[in-house]
Amino acid sequence: MTKRNGAGRPRPFASRTAAAIGGGYLLACCWTVALSLLWPADAEGGRAAGVVAGTVSAFAIYAAAAIWAFAAPDARRAWLGILGPAAGLALMAAWGAG
Amino acid sequence: MATRTGFRQAMAELHTWAGLIPGWVLFAIFLTGSLSYFRPEISLWTRPELPVAGLPAPAQVLARAQDRLQQIGAGASRWRIELPQPHWPVAEVYVWRDVPVPGDARPRFVHETLDPRTGRPAAARASFGGDFFYYFHFDLHLPWRLGRFIAGFAAMAMLVAIVSGVIIHRRIFADFFTFRPGKGQRSWLDAHNLTGVVALPYHLMIAYTGLVTLMTLYLPWGVEAAYRDRARFFAEAGQSYVPPPAAGVAAPLVPIDGMLDRVQRHWPGEAAGRVDVYWPGDAQARIVYTVDDATRLSHLADRLVFDGASGAPLRDGTDAVSWPARTERVMYGLHLGQFGGPLLHFLFFLSGLLGTVMVGSGLVLWCVKRRDRHAGAPDAGTRWAEALNLAVIIGLPVAVAGFFWANRLLPAALGNRAFLEMLGFYLTWVLCGLHAGLRLRQVSRFRAWSEQSAAAAIAFLLLPVLNAITTDAHLGRSLPRGDWGRAGVDLAMLAAGLAFAGLALYLHRRAAATAARPAPAVP
Repeated sequence: MTKRNGAGRPRPFASRTAAAIGGGYLLACCWTVALSLLWPADAEGGRAAGVVAGTVSAFAIYAAAAIWAFAAPDARRAWLGILGPAAGLALMAAWGAG
Repeated sequence: MATRTGFRQAMAELHTWAGLIPGWVLFAIFLTGSLSYFRPEISLWTRPELPVAGLPAPAQVLARAQDRLQQIGAGASRWRIELPQPHWPVAEVYVWRDVPVPGDARPRFVHETLDPRTGRPAAARASFGGDFFYYFHFDLHLPWRLGRFIAGFAAMAMLVAIVSGVIIHRRIFADFFTFRPGKGQRSWLDAHNLTGVVALPYHLMIAYTGLVTLMTLYLPWGVEAAYRDRARFFAEAGQSYVPPPAAGVAAPLVPIDGMLDRVQRHWPGEAAGRVDVYWPGDAQARIVYTVDDATRLSHLADRLVFDGASGAPLRDGTDAVSWPARTERVMYGLHLGQFGGPLLHFLFFLSGLLGTVMVGSGLVLWCVKRRDRHAGAPDAGTRWAEALNLAVIIGLPVAVAGFFWANRLLPAALGNRAFLEMLGFYLTWVLCGLHAGLRLRQVSRFRAWSEQSAAAAIAFLLLPVLNAITTDAHLGRSLPRGDWGRAGVDLAMLAAGLAFAGLALYLHRRAAATAARPAPAVP
């Protein structure tokens, strides 16, 4: 767990909060775009199926990222666990678009 | 992974802050959102002049509405007729002029409420009615969609608070049956757990589906990446109908009620909720009937499309909509909660109130904990939180009553009166905020809370009386007439008044008991 310095909030608290809010949103965006572009275009419903599936489920991904930001053993791993998958999804989306 | 206690502690910290920071906004969203389940009933109460009895047949209403629209909506790009329903017995007509014509000074958007018996605009006072609370619950009446983003952040934080709350909760089943009143912090924790756990599926559902209703505002990136044309996405996702472009050739519109028999055969046991007419008066006009959503869980509104120039049925339908889009429409319908009849409707309302209490008790719990931890003077943060708690938890209900008082006290023909009603709501709220900020410094917490609860009790208990003095739609008339919508609102006000009176009395006794004891160093 994080250590408290004096009476203030524990230092990594700000970093974890930023990872939860900012990092989580970034991950949710990458997830949405990746599903929107990688969903089989010839499937029933066309591209709207992937866009809706990606957007609806993104809020669960966001929540999971926020939980992870505080569950991770330290702030560094909190960020890694969120930005890593986001980068992977962004790469896959770029591959799907290209 | 850290140790198990470390993990639990981290989740507790997350739960505290994800709940506290948006807590006051969440409380307001929960309360006004719960009121929105009775949006038409509240709108009826706030417009006592509107007729309730004797709905004419739908065909007659459609014919009259079409006559009216020919007068006010010639050359428009789109009309809409919302048919009267038992809980909202007037017809609404809308006119859109999306394609600007040079030199055409007519308004781009017109909305009228029609008396279905005459087809003329219903003579009733101007009021936002139930719409006021409905829009407040996700828009907060703020400019630039700011309120929608704040509401989205609050809903997202609530989702996180629910998940982390379940994780830190050890005895989820036992707490169904645990409430130990009069034990300070322990009682507040019990109240928070009880209201949270009893309606847990509802809380989870309402937070998630709330996010889904505005998902393309919060996360437009999937649509942006996959579509050049946003309108096409909404059509393919089953959320809207896209008509063919206008032909530019005039052709008279067939009578809209002409295909009503066919529509009623298509939806046995159900009713048409609204009719949209695209390009009225054009050779490519489309008449689109949409089924009333009171009987359906999914908000994938089933529709029937007709050629507006010939009246012939056209192949359209929503059969091609994919399963993810269908799932999204069900989530949307779940959030609106219009299906399933009056009992389920009332249970949803009750669950919404439980959620309101859950958020409120969580906010109080935070302050009680802080106070118990620092036995001396509360710090500035705690003092602010305590004032906000009183100003929101009791102050908002008083402001709701203030809205209804303004509705009955402002003259019916006053200009700008709908806006002034809103002002009444906000002014009452500001007064409650001032009272909370000032009185909490002067008297004990119990005293200050008891004073404001007493104000809420008086305001709500006197509303049905004020209604009887100022209108003809009071309980003495609405009950025998079977006007359940308006009677229900009056009775709900009495119930709220009694509840606040009980609370005020209890707090008053606690204040007296606290004062009788040897005074603590700091109030």
